Amino acid sequence: MGYLSRQLSGRTDVAEDAGWTDPPPRKGFFTDTSICIGCKACEVACKEWNAIPLDGLGMTGNSYDNTGDLGASTWRHVAFVEQGAERVAQARESGQRLVDLGMPGVGAPEPAPVGTTAHGVPLPSFRWLMSSDVCKHCTHAGCLDVCPTGALFRSEFGTVVVQADVCNGCGYCVGACPFGVIERRSQDEVTSTRRDGHVPNVGVAQKCTLCYDRLGEDQTPACAQTCPTTSIRFGDHADMVAEAQERVSALHAQGITEARLYGANENDGVGGTGSVFLLLDEPEVYGLPPDPVVPTAHLPEMFRMAGTAALGLLGVAAASFLGGRR
Amino acid sequence: MSTSPFDSYRPPEGEGRRRRRGGERGGDRSAAGGAGSGGRRERAGDWLTGRARGRGEQPVVPEPEFASYYGQPVVKPVPWGHEIPAYLFLGGLAAGSGMLAAGAHATGLAVLRRNARLTSMTAVALSGAALVADLGRPERFLNMMRTVKLTSPMSVGTWIFSGFSGFASVATAAEVDRMLGGRDGGRGLPVVGSLLRWVEPVGSLGAFFFGPPLAAYTAVLLSDTATPVWFESRRGLPFVFVSSAAMASGGMQLVLTPAAETVPAQRLAVLGAVGDYVAMERVERHLHGLGIDDVLHEGAAGQKLRAAKALTVGGGVLSLLARRSRLAAVACGLALAAGSALTRFAVVEAGQESARDPRHTVATQQARLEERRARGVVDDSITTAG
Amino acid sequence: MANADCIIIQGSNMAECHPVGFQWVAEAKARGARIIHVDPRFTRTSAIADTHVPIRAGTDVVLLGALIHHVLSTQTYFHDYVRAYTNATTLISEDYQDTEDLDGIFSGYDEETGGYDRASWAYDLDEHGAPRRDESMTHPRSVLQILARHYARYTPEMVEQTCGIPVAQFHEIARALVESSGRERTTCFAYAVGWTQHSLGAQFIRTAAILQLLMGNVGRPGSGIMALRGHASIQGSTDIPTLFNLLPGYLPMPMAGQHRTLAEYLAGIASPQQKGYWADADAYTVSLLKSWWGEAATAENDFAYDYLPRLTGAHGTYQTVMSMLEDEVDGYFVLGQNPAVGSAHGRMQRLAMAHLKWMVVRDFQLIETATFWRDAPEIATGELVTEDIGTEVFFLPAATHVEKRGTFTQTQRLLQWRHQAVAPPGQAQSELDFFHDLGVRIRQRLAGSTDPRDRPLLDLTWDYPLDEHGEVDAEAVLREINGEHLTGEQAGQPLDGFAQMRADGSTTGGCWIYSGVFAGGVNRAANRAPHGGDEVASQWGWAWPMNRRMLYNRASADPEGRPWSERKRYLWWDEETGRWTGPDVPDFPVDRAPGARPEGEGGPAALAGVDPFVMQPDGKGWLFAPKGMVDGPLPTHYEAQESPVVNPLYPQQRNPGRRTFPRKDNLFAPSGEDPGSGVYPFVFTTYRLTEHHTAGGMSRWLPYLSELQPAMFCEVSPELAQQRGLSNGGWATLVSPRAAIEARVLVTERMTPLRVGGRTVHQIGLPYHWGVGGDAVVEGDAANDLLGVVLDPNVQIQESKVGSCDIRAGRRPRGEELLRLVAEYQSLAGATVETDNERLDPGVGSPTEEEDV
Ligand SMILES: Nc1nc2c(c(=O)[nH]1)N[C@H]1C(S)=C(S)[C@@H](COP(=O)(O)OP(=O)(O)OC[C@H]3O[C@@H](n4cnc5c(=O)[nH]c(N)nc54)[C@H](O)[C@@H]3O)O[C@H]1N2
Ligand SMILES: Nc1nc2c(c(=O)[nH]1)N[C@H]1C(S)=C(S)[C@@H](COP(=O)(O)OP(=O)(O)OC[C@H]3O[C@@H](n4cnc5c(=O)[nH]c(N)nc54)[C@H](O)[C@@H]3O)O[C@H]1N2
Ligand code: SF4
Ligand code: SF4
Ligand code: SF4
Ligand code: SF4
Ligand code: SF4
Ligand SMILES: [Mo]
Repeated sequence: MGYLSRQLSGRTDVAEDAGWTDPPPRKGFFTDTSICIGCKACEVACKEWNAIPLDGLGMTGNSYDNTGDLGASTWRHVAFVEQGAERVAQARESGQRLVDLGMPGVGAPEPAPVGTTAHGVPLPSFRWLMSSDVCKHCTHAGCLDVCPTGALFRSEFGTVVVQADVCNGCGYCVGACPFGVIERRSQDEVTSTRRDGHVPNVGVAQKCTLCYDRLGEDQTPACAQTCPTTSIRFGDHADMVAEAQERVSALHAQGITEARLYGANENDGVGGTGSVFLLLDEPEVYGLPPDPVVPTAHLPEMFRMAGTAALGLLGVAAASFLGGRR
Repeated sequence: MSTSPFDSYRPPEGEGRRRRRGGERGGDRSAAGGAGSGGRRERAGDWLTGRARGRGEQPVVPEPEFASYYGQPVVKPVPWGHEIPAYLFLGGLAAGSGMLAAGAHATGLAVLRRNARLTSMTAVALSGAALVADLGRPERFLNMMRTVKLTSPMSVGTWIFSGFSGFASVATAAEVDRMLGGRDGGRGLPVVGSLLRWVEPVGSLGAFFFGPPLAAYTAVLLSDTATPVWFESRRGLPFVFVSSAAMASGGMQLVLTPAAETVPAQRLAVLGAVGDYVAMERVERHLHGLGIDDVLHEGAAGQKLRAAKALTVGGGVLSLLARRSRLAAVACGLALAAGSALTRFAVVEAGQESARDPRHTVATQQARLEERRARGVVDDSITTAG
Repeated sequence: MANADCIIIQGSNMAECHPVGFQWVAEAKARGARIIHVDPRFTRTSAIADTHVPIRAGTDVVLLGALIHHVLSTQTYFHDYVRAYTNATTLISEDYQDTEDLDGIFSGYDEETGGYDRASWAYDLDEHGAPRRDESMTHPRSVLQILARHYARYTPEMVEQTCGIPVAQFHEIARALVESSGRERTTCFAYAVGWTQHSLGAQFIRTAAILQLLMGNVGRPGSGIMALRGHASIQGSTDIPTLFNLLPGYLPMPMAGQHRTLAEYLAGIASPQQKGYWADADAYTVSLLKSWWGEAATAENDFAYDYLPRLTGAHGTYQTVMSMLEDEVDGYFVLGQNPAVGSAHGRMQRLAMAHLKWMVVRDFQLIETATFWRDAPEIATGELVTEDIGTEVFFLPAATHVEKRGTFTQTQRLLQWRHQAVAPPGQAQSELDFFHDLGVRIRQRLAGSTDPRDRPLLDLTWDYPLDEHGEVDAEAVLREINGEHLTGEQAGQPLDGFAQMRADGSTTGGCWIYSGVFAGGVNRAANRAPHGGDEVASQWGWAWPMNRRMLYNRASADPEGRPWSERKRYLWWDEETGRWTGPDVPDFPVDRAPGARPEGEGGPAALAGVDPFVMQPDGKGWLFAPKGMVDGPLPTHYEAQESPVVNPLYPQQRNPGRRTFPRKDNLFAPSGEDPGSGVYPFVFTTYRLTEHHTAGGMSRWLPYLSELQPAMFCEVSPELAQQRGLSNGGWATLVSPRAAIEARVLVTERMTPLRVGGRTVHQIGLPYHWGVGGDAVVEGDAANDLLGVVLDPNVQIQESKVGSCDIRAGRRPRGEELLRLVAEYQSLAGATVETDNERLDPGVGSPTEEEDV
């Protein structure tokens, strides 16, 4: 694989590709949703640290989730999913299927007798999943690739950060993110939390910076720092992936076959994510895409087709002038 | 019924219109949420309208067979207003007109040349204005000129656009010079007048060669996103857009230019219309196979696309009379230009709608994942067992 | 908790209300512990637990009683532990009669007062005054046998019929408990206000205590009953209390007429002959009096004992509020509280405040209590008119916890020093400064007064040094609390601990249990060794008493002083050194050998080597409580004040000792099968959410928290929603005999309809964080408006976890219409002042057909 093609898809070293010489190890998150208590401390810590405006006071009726999704003014978002027995059984099956498919990973664990928990007691007929979502800091980040101004850049920590003062608010990154993370802040969707009523960064794209300012000071990101259960773990990306793999095998060994990893595979459509998750059901249940692909992976193909079309137009236009004027 | 591998993601006929009741015991609440009213993202006030997700009264959207998070979008629609489809249309019009002007210049069709140049210049100026107006921070529009970024169609496009505008400006300036009588011993443009006479061919040629990329890149601009309908249309959309540009610019000259000089314009318009129709049909068929063409047929986008098609076909038919009747020519030209504009609006709006519908994202992705797994490719999924 | 093999969280929503402490539950789970959550609702705690057990609110005594019955009848209790360390072997007086004998009341009940004469519950004493015992525990009057008889009818079937917990699920809990108790394993209980806020609250906790003693789960690693405390330092404010009936260190407040002299007072606390540390209450009391009145407290004047106020009865917050309504109270200081929203019967609270002459509110925000005169819901209904309210309200800004220094005492009795991060803004002041200043000003006013009633104020020691910011030095206060020597070589030096306190006036000490926190002149609350320094984190903060991390830890060893098991090793007798050793500070005389059997003495010296419960007069854990509880020596199930269910166990429906307030403004819904009981057919329970804090003063004013939970809501099951036509996200109106409120609806399977006695009982969940006002970021109707006032007799806590209501779709009426709706319901139900308020039910207590007594 050449340097150029590595830029668009596949395994790669993100910071070096971005031209950093001798960068520190790539940083990332491992979010273990199996121990999240849905306290939303991460959401609040993020908003406090980054002085994000109020994102609306509506009640959604969707369980305990009233912030809805990630966006310009919600950079951490905790999802709440209530499930009955049927869906729990399905989740176990789909998890088992991943194992059966022979995916990379730990190999088939001894499955617990279907319908029981680790303590040998019957599966709960109901469960409440909570999961704290965040920007994935993709290896191949759609947002970063398409940004025409260079406002989005790859930091030395391998993370993806917006420079609010460079962004001109073209909004292109918003459509290019396969995870629906980044968003342009709009004045009428937010309310200032400041005394002077000012809302910062209106009209520009906003998302998690992986606390770039804190990483620079060798500090843990605010959300991970505050999480009381260690559901959010932060560290070197490689360690995070390793921890995630360990944890999923431990859960499998306990018979919790519904556990699975999300984003820990370098061969996936975005080259693996900087934020790795342990999920207990299919990704779409949490509002995550099941097979995200960085759109720019197909850019050569797109330009090829566009080139063909353009040549066609050239030909047609030329032809229109040939063959007589009358 | 087609027999695409994605059929399973479409609701069963008839019965599928039954809606799941909210809070059904033993049921899956997230899926119930997924059965939402069009999966529209309404953070607050949604319950107020009584259209609470999954529990609404309007049995319009059939119940999809997929899990989602309360019917919330998985990807976000680009935050673009009407300025962007307008930009796409005007850009196409500018590109095609620039090419017509160049052809007219080369073949000595003076009126066509003049009109096409002025059309092109006006369109390019308006489209630039539309683009800037849609920025979140218009005062920073020049930040795009700070870099050249090959992975960003918008960056590439900006340079194409700039190049085209440059050449078109030269050509237009030359035209103005001519109109002021610079060629005929009149006063012409001061200072640059004589220079313009020299570089006019460069302007023409430049516009001619920058036109096609200008018309085509916008398709890449759309496709290079996570918006399902655009992304999945990546192979066909450039053909739609160049055809649309041809049809709009040809049509426009049928309106503006006397019949005596409109043969090339008429040809361009007809070929464009045919191309547009065929290419769009192909795109639709492909999306239909994926089960995500609904957004092109329903709602505002559907209306626009239907109108666009009628105008395209109508305009195409009228074009046969265009050189006989001035009235027909004007009607045909306007129909084609409007058809082109409406196509752009339809495609943009359908895409945004497609981004808002989680089924579009989830079902297409699940299908392609399953398809790969069926082929034995199991190492490239984002979800892993370990 | 991390050391537990099984954790039963019952009566608390720990993950939501104690998220930081919950990390230890998570840790235990990661180590393989089984987590069980017993709660009417499926909460974020249930989500992490292995098992969630939905229970009908107010019925925990039946579940726990059935577990007691189970372990006794299957002989699965920890026999050796029970025999050696509890009062199971002790015989009870012949006069004692159980609820089994008297249809649901104990001997000694006085229907006039609603109280008990506890004489018949006493130990059966021998001629030397020592309790009679039967080591075989088979004597019919032995505590173990009384216990077995008392709980004989608390069967799994009774659990199903009362709590709505299926028999199979009961057995699942029983198995988990039994398998995780004994020598090798321990089970821990955790509760909070889901257990306390009942008219029987204290007895809920007693039942768990009995069970844990039977299972040997007290004083051992991973055992015990974790009382999860509420507000930051609410533990501190019971240790050094804001309660009307206590003095610092759990010394009782003297009663008028009963405790005329210091001697009388001390005799009421403990006899000098009894075992354990309460025998030294004289030293603690005199040191306290010396701290407060210094030189003015002398042996001659009983150490100024007469300066202490005397109680004439219960002066809890609810009694005070009712006194306000009678215009008996002029002024009200509201500090760190928002009663207009947070206290039961919100309407009564607000109406009462309108009777005051003045009110001081010290808070961060203009809470609803401070603005009631302007925007209380009663203004909208016309019950209050702003212009007619004579209350003068003073709002004084308070400094927050980061703007002042001092200690927080948390659940584990750990004092942690808090440094000042920033200075308070503007005129904001800490409580310490405010009260110091207030004291100075009052004393200035009174200076020179010869009125004897001003002496207590004028003689107070009120001279604290100021720190570098000109604020009262909080460390000086902690030092005063710690106490010091007044005489001898060490005069002026801090005490090392309460053992150095003397009853002769030679020591001071503001709170005996805190003595030692400043030992050696070092502020030990500020200890902060990384990870606490050792296994028990002894270098992190300071735990009272004497930095002991686990109380009664002598019980972690067997009677011979050997650990019960290697796995649960904690404290043991070291023959060689002749001392108790282990990672923690022994909660026992350190050199008292396991075989020691001192005779004829009192106090700590009298503790035998096998008396781990060093605060009890007999050194044993009390399965049967001969004193201490006012409403019964053994927990007994009674239904809540309002309940849709007839007490399946006794003809006596409700706790006969509960405190009722039969008043027109405090009506209750007919219970059980009483006429009109169908008018308010549903049970509601109130609780907290992670996203908000109590009455909202610290969360509804914060945008980031408000957006997480913007609106008052109710949680209902899909079945109830269907029955009442409620839709998710829509509005509902809830009506109780006190008020009607509106809330958004969350339809969720987390609420389970229960099958109880052949019918379905629906429970409705109501967070109580919202209130009506104009100043907060978000507001809403208050759950507390639905509640009436009825109290637990032991601690005067309100029953806010169970009530009856109706629910209907749509928003509530406005203005006067609202009052009409409430009144309509009341008359439909035929609710009167008598409803639910009779003390004894017909037939109960009258000695009709008593069989074998
Ligand atoms: N986020 C947050 N944390 C807090 C507070 C807060 O307001 N917000 N408040 C603090 C304070 S002051 C306190 S006192 C604590 C209180 O802490 P908790 O007691 O844990 O809190 P609650 O939510 O009041 O009640 C706990 C649970 O009791 C259940 N319950 C009700 N009735 C019964 C019953 O009869 N039996 C059983 N088994 N369960 C019952 C309720 O459903 C509820 O889930 O929390 C403290 N922590
Ligand atoms: N229905 C129902 N009612 C309940 C309960 C329930 O479970 N259900 N729980 C009960 C329980 S356990 C509790 S603890 C109460 C709580 O009820 P309240 O104590 O009435 O309510 P809070 O909102 O905690 O009020 C504390 C106030 O103190 C202010 N404050 C914080 N720090 C300071 C300070 O340092 N100085 C001063 N001066 N003010 C400060 C805060 O801003 C806040 O307004 O509610 C009780 N009421
Ligand atoms: S998740 Fe989206 S916003 Fe985040 S780095 Fe990837 S593409 Fe960019
Ligand atoms: S909105 Fe800003 S960050 Fe996003 S692509 Fe445009 S310039 Fe870049
Ligand atoms: S890393 Fe920082 S910016 Fe990103 S979610 Fe966490 S707190 Fe927010
Ligand atoms: S802080 Fe941790 S436990 Fe709380 S919601 Fe966030 S991830 Fe979950
Ligand atoms: S709010 Fe404070 S006291 Fe409560 S859990 Fe969090 S850190 Fe602890
Ligand atoms: Mo509390």
